[in-house]
Amino acid sequence: MINKTVPNVTQALKGVKNNMTLLLGGFGLCGIPEKAIAELVRLEVMNLTCISNNAGIDDFGLGLLLQQKQIRKMIASYVGENAEFERQMLSGELEVELIPQGTLAERSRAAQAGFPGFYTPAGYGTEVAEGKEVREFNGKMHVLEKAFEADFGFIKAWKGDEAGNLIFKGTARNFNPNMCGAAKITVVEVEELVSAGSLDPNQIHVPGIFIQRIFKGTGYEKRIEQRTVRSKT
Amino acid sequence: MALDKNGIAQRIAQELKHGYYVNLGIGIPTLVVNYIPKNIDVEFQSENGVLGMGPFPFEGDEDADIINAGKQTITTLKGASFFDSSTSFAMIRGKHVDLTILGAMEVSETGDIANWKIPGKMVKGMGGAMDLVASAENIIVAMMHTNRAGMSKLLKSCSLPLTGVGCVKKIVTELAFLEIGPTGFILLETAPGVTVEQVIQATQGNISVANDVCEMSF
Repeated sequence: MINKTVPNVTQALKGVKNNMTLLLGGFGLCGIPEKAIAELVRLEVMNLTCISNNAGIDDFGLGLLLQQKQIRKMIASYVGENAEFERQMLSGELEVELIPQGTLAERSRAAQAGFPGFYTPAGYGTEVAEGKEVREFNGKMHVLEKAFEADFGFIKAWKGDEAGNLIFKGTARNFNPNMCGAAKITVVEVEELVSAGSLDPNQIHVPGIFIQRIFKGTGYEKRIEQRTVRSKT
Repeated sequence: MALDKNGIAQRIAQELKHGYYVNLGIGIPTLVVNYIPKNIDVEFQSENGVLGMGPFPFEGDEDADIINAGKQTITTLKGASFFDSSTSFAMIRGKHVDLTILGAMEVSETGDIANWKIPGKMVKGMGGAMDLVASAENIIVAMMHTNRAGMSKLLKSCSLPLTGVGCVKKIVTELAFLEIGPTGFILLETAPGVTVEQVIQATQGNISVANDVCEMSF
């Protein structure tokens, strides 16, 4: 067993510097690497390029990095929930590249899997395809999209073991498995960190080979963006 | 009388067929779940990674780790599954999802759709919409026929940045059920109490009337 554990978030983020490109898992505030984001805020690393489906809300998730103007460029598919984001984007302080959600997932997976790029029908004939190579397959037009190149990937899983094997919960899985192994260094935070051998190998969602560092986070906030319920009566 | 949002959802629900996997967009499409015909089984896919989506949880049962693409807390039904985003879009791009229902700001007579950006005003992003419209064989758009100023949103060509080209097949508005054909919009059904003339008046793009045009029945 190759042990991937690090004692804390500070060790986990060792080597993160200004100007780096980061991949961050999560959909909305669901399954985001809360502890890594808090550490990025504390480190005050600047001029970051962040790749994540959304940009958090004003006072949580990637919104915390936006508050401190640590992000230079954001690559996302949907950014509708963040007023500070909109302000920085409209004023030109923040560079924004909006891309289709499936393309974001696949550009991550391509990086993980060693594909330099792929053709997708998504975005053909729209602004998204401008300046990109297009090609016809079976009578349908496709756009060439390239794998992400990132320095660090920050992942949130539910359970993990010392070997870096991961299990996710519910829709907190989202982009997290696709981003494992897609950056030079993949850092995972988990709610439960167990010894190797404690997890059933049949139930592993992501094998530890894709992971460089794993640590246990505590006190997860797990904010809910839209609390929708029905009454029992 | 023109339909309200629930009426639009109710008419769309009549298009569901037994065994369909369905992706619902945010807004009016979400209401379709309230009108599923009783004798059929369908499963709802949410692109953030769940198949077999159920109703909202009972108060106190909400789980931050189980949400839909609108970031709303949800439940799952028997036979549900969770998966990663890449797998989710494999279902969508790979045409495994049978029907996509989504909203639009504008639709053109050739089936182009715009629903993600108003330059200088609103930039929220396309989310999964571009993947959905580029791949789905069966797309129904739920939208209002005209904007607040009374201007048609069913156009010769879209004025807003496109989400997809030539992809819309069917449209349900507060006034009508229409199809996109080789020469533009085809009026198939009018909303109860709405005349064919009213629909033609409210449509800027080229529109023809089906021989067997009728009133919607609920």
